[in-house]
Amino acid sequence: MNYVLRRLASNLLDSCKDLLPIVLVVAFFQIIVLDQPIPELGNILLGGLSVLIGLTFFVSGLRLGLFPIGENLAHSFVKKGSLFWLFLFAFALGFGTTIAEPALIAVANEAAIVASTGGIIENTELTINKYAVDLRLTVALAVGISVMLGVARIIYGWPLHWLIILGYFLVMIITFISPDWIIGIAYDSGGVTTSTVTVPLVTALGVGLASSIRGRNPLTDGFGMIAICSLLPIIAVLIFGIIL
Amino acid sequence: MSILESFISMFWDIAPIIGVILIFQLFIIKEKIPNMSQTLFGIFMVWIGLTLFIVGLEKALFPIGKMMATQLTSSDFLGITELNWNDYFWVYLFAASMGFSATIAEPSLLAVAIKANEVSGGSIRVWPLRITIALGVAIGIALGSYRIVVGLPLHYFIITGYGIVIIQTYFAPKQIIALAYDSGGVTTSSVTVPLIAALGLGLASTIEGRNPLIDGFGLIAFASLFPIMGVLAYAQLKHLINK
Repeated sequence: MNYVLRRLASNLLDSCKDLLPIVLVVAFFQIIVLDQPIPELGNILLGGLSVLIGLTFFVSGLRLGLFPIGENLAHSFVKKGSLFWLFLFAFALGFGTTIAEPALIAVANEAAIVASTGGIIENTELTINKYAVDLRLTVALAVGISVMLGVARIIYGWPLHWLIILGYFLVMIITFISPDWIIGIAYDSGGVTTSTVTVPLVTALGVGLASSIRGRNPLTDGFGMIAICSLLPIIAVLIFGIIL
Repeated sequence: MSILESFISMFWDIAPIIGVILIFQLFIIKEKIPNMSQTLFGIFMVWIGLTLFIVGLEKALFPIGKMMATQLTSSDFLGITELNWNDYFWVYLFAASMGFSATIAEPSLLAVAIKANEVSGGSIRVWPLRITIALGVAIGIALGSYRIVVGLPLHYFIITGYGIVIIQTYFAPKQIIALAYDSGGVTTSSVTVPLIAALGLGLASTIEGRNPLIDGFGLIAFASLFPIMGVLAYAQLKHLINK
């Protein structure tokens, strides 16, 4: 119990560090620059508190419950030595973590509302929800494939920068045949997917794998996983826009 | 959506990752879960936390981002009605300060900076690197806001950015490349992403002639691109000085 409380306290501190600069900047602009009271201050404070507590609980829960098992599993699969299971696990890990990524949930909902106001999809709750879920599934599939690709890169020793440069070229080419309205959300999805849940688990898999294969350096080969995970979703969402 | 509905829908959001971990643990690796009660408690906290976080985002962060965008671009505040792109300097300043302060405080950025220090054998120092990246994000988001104000196509900027990154990659010390690419994804946290997204959408819906559908997104892409350039540039500079 003591351990849990200490975890909570340290994560509360981290959440405050995340929020404090934003609060300061917004307050400075509201009070000094705009010189206006904040409308609906009560609601916003309540929402801010909810973000603070929610983020603290979320991160503490991840560290108490999911991260230890996830990291343990990553090591077990590396030791097991079966490529089939390793690839399957890599895909499932990428997919599962992305579906639970809070920033992606929030931005996908926002994108769906914008798409319905812009007339891309019908303006009913059902179509809006479906669009948001489809968008998240597209991104999650892409991250699943990315983690598999990242694992393959570490195993076979492919140089990362060739993969990335190839990826950027694909992005450029597909951009030209994509509809205008998907480009912004597609480019954004790269940064959105890789945060609180995905980064620690996927990095653990990469570093664990690189340190157990002879000739690989965990510092140079273990990283790069996140880079691939921020690239493939862009391509996937662009294609999603072309198909829709 | 009521709070109860939010709890139910969040349950389905975390179900896949919990399912993945449990199924692989119990059926493939075939091992018992160590610390079962702590794990269950952790999962419960993830569920509660995610729900509160998302509800709070919709109540606080999205409205603030959009409100700031509206207020900083209103002609009442600026005191003029005929607006050029340079009349929006408060928007650029707000975007830049937001990007800088949020990035400097980001815990995962600190982790990246410490790793970069290790990889480079100490020649890349933690604080200068953090400041470089934060400045990069500040410039990136300000430039992204400028793009929304003038309404230029996003891919001009991003493709130019990728071009620069590719050239930098060619010259940068090899051991830093993976880390630099990773830093792009790492610096955009769960708190900053929604706020920056809201700022972009707010700008695109208040500025005349802009369409949120086409111009509203893209700020996060700027915020993920500039840290890559920053880390590569800093590593390259250090490499040249040390030679």
